[in-house]
Amino acid sequence: MSELKTLILGRKNVDDPDDTGGMPNDLMTVNMGPSHPAMHGTIRIELTIDGERVVEADINPGYLHRGFEKESEAATYTQVFPYTDRLNYVSPMINNVGWAMAVEKLMGIDELPPRLQYIRVMVSEISRITDHLTCVGASAMELGAFAPFLFLVKVREWLYELLEELSGARLTHSYVRVGGVAKDLSPKFCAKITDILDRMEPVLDEAKGLLNSNKIFYDRMAGVGSFTEDDAIAYGLSGPCLRACGVDYDVRKDFPYLNYGDLEFDVPVGTSGDCLDRYLVRLEEMRQSSLILRQCIAQIPEGPVMVDDPRCVMPEKGETYNTIEGMIRHFKHIVDGIRVEPGEAYTFVEGGNGELGFFIVADGTGRPWKAYCRAPSFSNLQTVTKTISGRLISDIVPIFGMINMIGGECDK
Amino acid sequence: MGLEITTTKLEDLANWGRKFSFFTYPFITACCGMEFMSVAAPKYDIARFGAEFPRFSPRQSDLMMVVGTITEKQAPALKRVYDQLAEPKYVIAFGVCASTGGFYQNYSVVPGIDQIIPVDVYIPGCPPRPEQVLDGIILLQKKVGEGRTVNQMRARREAMKDKQRQSEGV
Amino acid sequence: MSKAVLDALKSKFGDAILETSSKNTDESVTVAVDKLIEVCTFLRDDEKMAFDSPVFLTCIDRLGLPVMEHRFELAVQLRSFTKRHRIRVKVPMEEGKLKVPTLSGLWAGFNWLERETYDMYGVEFEGHPDLRRIYLYDEFKGHPLRKDFPKDLRFPLARREWADE
Repeated sequence: MSELKTLILGRKNVDDPDDTGGMPNDLMTVNMGPSHPAMHGTIRIELTIDGERVVEADINPGYLHRGFEKESEAATYTQVFPYTDRLNYVSPMINNVGWAMAVEKLMGIDELPPRLQYIRVMVSEISRITDHLTCVGASAMELGAFAPFLFLVKVREWLYELLEELSGARLTHSYVRVGGVAKDLSPKFCAKITDILDRMEPVLDEAKGLLNSNKIFYDRMAGVGSFTEDDAIAYGLSGPCLRACGVDYDVRKDFPYLNYGDLEFDVPVGTSGDCLDRYLVRLEEMRQSSLILRQCIAQIPEGPVMVDDPRCVMPEKGETYNTIEGMIRHFKHIVDGIRVEPGEAYTFVEGGNGELGFFIVADGTGRPWKAYCRAPSFSNLQTVTKTISGRLISDIVPIFGMINMIGGECDK
Repeated sequence: MGLEITTTKLEDLANWGRKFSFFTYPFITACCGMEFMSVAAPKYDIARFGAEFPRFSPRQSDLMMVVGTITEKQAPALKRVYDQLAEPKYVIAFGVCASTGGFYQNYSVVPGIDQIIPVDVYIPGCPPRPEQVLDGIILLQKKVGEGRTVNQMRARREAMKDKQRQSEGV
Repeated sequence: MSKAVLDALKSKFGDAILETSSKNTDESVTVAVDKLIEVCTFLRDDEKMAFDSPVFLTCIDRLGLPVMEHRFELAVQLRSFTKRHRIRVKVPMEEGKLKVPTLSGLWAGFNWLERETYDMYGVEFEGHPDLRRIYLYDEFKGHPLRKDFPKDLRFPLARREWADE
């Protein structure tokens, strides 16, 4: 057995670290990425390894740096929505909502119509489900469990179709606007989402059954990449990864925005912060999101889906074509953008990976002077340097999978 | 004359085989990767077109799908992977970012991967719908069948040049 | 809630606090560069402050704005898990000397965020363990998010040779 262990764990004898087994004593440098099958998202790691064990890891993000901030500075506030879609492209609606809320905060729009709040919560939660489905599915696939991936992507496909019906795009929706949403819910939206949730829950159970009782999956996840509570806080971790460490912090609960304060849901919290906890937290969050969605469907009132504020609402088509004021307003709205008072504001929402924030500096024109995105993936990824050193190369795969580094968001 | 006809026919047969068995190397970088997942997943099922088997080693594949934005930092890696692909090789630019840079026209994004490597089929869309991707694959199949991809054409040109050189030499 | 933080800072540091504001429900405090570490250590270690977690760190470039006292300003957002409050610490910087003491010693999470700010704005963090570019590559000249950097100035690493096509 010990021979086998030595073989598996590298050249060093586990019981006697000084015994090199007659092999050369040097450390080796191995390059992983930027195009590596086991990494979703492009990233490069320079690994210094001792046999199979990682001694030091230098993580190089930035392979998907698309200049979100520079592009935003050249775009009007409304034109930034498509860019936010492509930040965390697995949960675009949450980014849309976050950006809209930041601009609304700058403009001093506090009161949103109730129906709008419900719609925003619903689309955010659908996005959260798609995010976690992708994260769990892709990680399972990377660990060799292909069937759960197919099951989960099937569910994601249903949700994409629903969102497509709502917004016109499968993935990059740009559905939310400053002060509202682009259009009201599509007909029978609520009935369709109930139907999808009814079908989704058995699939989640199925995938859970396949994964939790899968010895390979379990052994590769449990105890890997664990993080202590204090470290997690000092590193600025957030989202499922933070909650897996045992910190009960969810922006939806602690700083309720929209109407999350009125909805009932639980925040799942882990104990050890290892990959298994992160996976379980995500699985439970999907269930809670489905609970939130069901409450929203039952409670959603009728009413407008835009605030009544001429600063950010486009005039009616009839007004645009028939009155000179409407025409001018429409023109100014499109060409100059929404005018925002000079100032700065930071808003944050609970994104798929954690606290997603937008910090805007406005100069009084229709374009942001500075639009900074507080990307949860970036802060979360930083911890990987710490968690993978001392582990085996094969542990990198589950650790990365469960950090759920999304290139667009991490590299901006 | 007779020999030429035979070689062309042989080439056609090989191309017919090639077009129904693409071995894909998905060079996934960004958002389009989500749609690539959907294309590979049961509903759209890329397997119907014989291209379902992603090989994550460029040496085992002949079709490179560049899925997503290529940044200047990524460009050398892309070039290197392309050079390693097995001949004859084909490239699909998946999505508008790979095709032209899309709405990212800034310091960091390459304005289209054709600045770096030759491309056979461009699939527009941000991200393209899975149906569009399948359409792109069918288009590439047609091109490969007719021997009109960049790589095949270059190979033919070189063969012709060789022949010319030989005949001139003799 | 965070008003108490501002008051405590004012009474403790007096003139070192250049400005405080609580517009848009965001509390922010402006301090001089040389007092930054002192203020931040207080914010982290004092029991009533207990800012234990970093949120973000970035820089604002005001080149070209009608009102521009200082061209660059560092913005550091902190949060406290125990007290549930947040604060933004801002540090004005002169154009010639973009040097700030590093905060990565106080909160480990600022390590990469400082590298990002260095990459994008060229702010040098003194005492940072590993200050190099994070998003861009070494061949890249300049700092792209500065306002005087042209949007589409590229430094290509690889281009195709069109001659042989």
